[in-house]
Amino acid sequence: MTPGERRRTVVGLAFVSPWLLGFLVFTGYPVCASLYYSFCDYDVLSRPVWVGLLNYQDMISDSVFWQSVRNTLLFNLMALPLGLVSALTLALLLNQPVRMRGTFRAIYYIPSLVPAVAGAMVWLWILNGRLGLLNQALEAIGFSNPPQWLVDPAWTKPSLALVSLWGCGNTVVIYLAALQGVPQSLLEAAMIDGASPFRRLVHVTLPAISPVLYFNLLIGIIGGLQVFTSAFIMMGGAGPERSVLFYAIYIYQNAFEYRHMGYASAMAWVLCMLILVLTLMASRLSRRFVHYQGE
Amino acid sequence: MPTIPKRWLIAVALSGVTLLLNGCARHASTGGASTRVVVNYWEKWDGFEADSMRAVVDDFNRSQDRIEVRFLSVSGVDTKLLLATSSGHPPDVAGLWSENIPDFSEKGALTPLDRGMAKAGIGPDRYIPLYWDLCRHRGFTWGLPTTPGCVALFYNKKLFRAAGLDPERPPRTFAEFEAMSRQLTFVEIERAGLRARVSFDDLTPAERASRKYSLVQVGHLPQDAGMFLSGWGVWFGARFYDGDRRILADDPGNVAAYEWLRHTAETYGVENLRGFIEGFGVAQSAQTPFLGGAEAMVVQGPWMPNFISKFAPGLEWGVAACPAAVGVGDGSPVTLAQCDVVVIPRGAEHPREAFEFISYLQRQDVAEKLARAQQKFTALRKVSDGFLENHPNPSIKLFIELSRSPGARYVPRLSIWHEYDAELAVARERVLNMRYSPAAALAEAQQRVQWKLDRVLRRWDAVGSERTAEWRSYDAW
Repeated sequence: MTPGERRRTVVGLAFVSPWLLGFLVFTGYPVCASLYYSFCDYDVLSRPVWVGLLNYQDMISDSVFWQSVRNTLLFNLMALPLGLVSALTLALLLNQPVRMRGTFRAIYYIPSLVPAVAGAMVWLWILNGRLGLLNQALEAIGFSNPPQWLVDPAWTKPSLALVSLWGCGNTVVIYLAALQGVPQSLLEAAMIDGASPFRRLVHVTLPAISPVLYFNLLIGIIGGLQVFTSAFIMMGGAGPERSVLFYAIYIYQNAFEYRHMGYASAMAWVLCMLILVLTLMASRLSRRFVHYQGE
Repeated sequence: MPTIPKRWLIAVALSGVTLLLNGCARHASTGGASTRVVVNYWEKWDGFEADSMRAVVDDFNRSQDRIEVRFLSVSGVDTKLLLATSSGHPPDVAGLWSENIPDFSEKGALTPLDRGMAKAGIGPDRYIPLYWDLCRHRGFTWGLPTTPGCVALFYNKKLFRAAGLDPERPPRTFAEFEAMSRQLTFVEIERAGLRARVSFDDLTPAERASRKYSLVQVGHLPQDAGMFLSGWGVWFGARFYDGDRRILADDPGNVAAYEWLRHTAETYGVENLRGFIEGFGVAQSAQTPFLGGAEAMVVQGPWMPNFISKFAPGLEWGVAACPAAVGVGDGSPVTLAQCDVVVIPRGAEHPREAFEFISYLQRQDVAEKLARAQQKFTALRKVSDGFLENHPNPSIKLFIELSRSPGARYVPRLSIWHEYDAELAVARERVLNMRYSPAAALAEAQQRVQWKLDRVLRRWDAVGSERTAEWRSYDAW
């Protein structure tokens, strides 16, 4: 390394050092510490006591842990496809050359700007079983006994899946950007060959934006498994009969309400592994379904 | 590109590091021109309750020139206190709930006060026994009372009158309570194409069975008991814990209480009850069924008149002991008690000065000033002559009597009470939603909480003797 290169390296490292320092102190250390605590009986106040795999063994016999896993997976099975399909549909519609397209795009994006807590409070009232707008509307069109969205354990997860659509504007923007990149020549060629709009969508547009679909799926899986805010704000945590006790909420309860920090750390590591496995599975699948231009 | 002189970069970097380190530093608590020792006091209260304590703190600061107590109203004080204590920077005094004491003390977050109390001459003879017990855990005293509480049955006299009941004659037995509750329940139902408001008792058997009505007024909602929701078993003679190693969630008294809950759901319908409750807002607001005039009777504490005057000033109310089920205890009035306490966290910078302040709060005149401002009573056995006269809460005498009743109880002194309470809440929801029988729901709660207690005991068995020896030797006084 020449003296000039060394100097540039030092200056470069000096510039990134605040971030590196912050990362090591506020992310690197907590991550390593949580791994250690996951093998300890630790309540934050007292010295951690090494208990080996006990926290992981406790998880196996903890019925509420399994309920939180079930709730999270069920919620994702509802929310993830719904979110991806709705965002894609909206993006396709907003990509059409219609008048005031910019205004429509802005309108659909605006909810994403609303803070999650404020949005949850609004939905709390929309979904109120007795006075909520949704049930009033359902009653007006003839549903005599609409669901009690927030208090009936059978409806709490679908309610939150519905609420999750509120913030799909971000995903719509990503799809819109991808749709701009679909080669016009391919679409025109398909049209000349007599392909219907649906066939053009399935055989040209979707393969062309498949990397973005894959990206959104991954982000959806990672975010979906960590779902927390809406349930925490709207249901006060676990919801009726623990019907929305999601994995992240159970971690929070154990860490900060019950102060079983060791157990919560072990749960967090299991979640990390779960996300890793699902991401790897999605990555495997992507080899068959995702097409990158130039390959 | 213009270059920035190296010395400037170094100066900026050093300033940043200095600011960062300063932010992390423990600030000196005697500063400026004042030579007073600063005692930081975190309290859970806000609003008028915080104002009343702030006035007491001001009195204390004026009464001497060595210590300055700085009062701070802190939301979520229990969680924040634990985090501050674990980081080694707790306040000197903190206001908690008595339910926190077993958990916080076992985790080593609090300072045992016994030696200091012995030196200051503060002992059990000064307090109503129940509240003294609430300040203790595993043979040590961890806090001193500020304002105690217990619950009674508040009722709406106007609704009593409208239902043909004597407004000066609240229920005296549980059977009366049940009968009055039904008499005070009104529904809206469609009859001959018109919506009609009728008494629940006036519904035909077919109308009742159809459940095609909506509740517009209830006599009493067992679900609306605020922080005492898990304690209904007390009115049915339940025990929650054997005091040693066994949880008693499935105690017959508790099962009886949950049978009663189920009976309510069966009588009025699960969806009708849910719909009624959902129409109201959060506790301690004008949107509760009782304050909104849609519930005739509610179990609440001495703080309730404050909320009535704030949110429903026109409400004509009375209060009486909440009757217990047949055969419970010796017939003495039953109540559930808890207490606000002040503690000195472990690692407090000025424990001696902190103790001086919390001892001051135990003075008869100071405790009574605080209690009167919050419309409550004190945990002290002695009641001064002037306290009851001109007390802003006309029902205060009843609460004092209830707290001294042999039927007065409190939730178990367990470090996992919060988790126990959560399990009982799930059991309650399952019963009210008619998805589990009371016995099955409580059996599952029993198994869950016992599992949790076993985990806690496993740790306590390993560290208990060491902890106890450490507490015994503690003497900062």
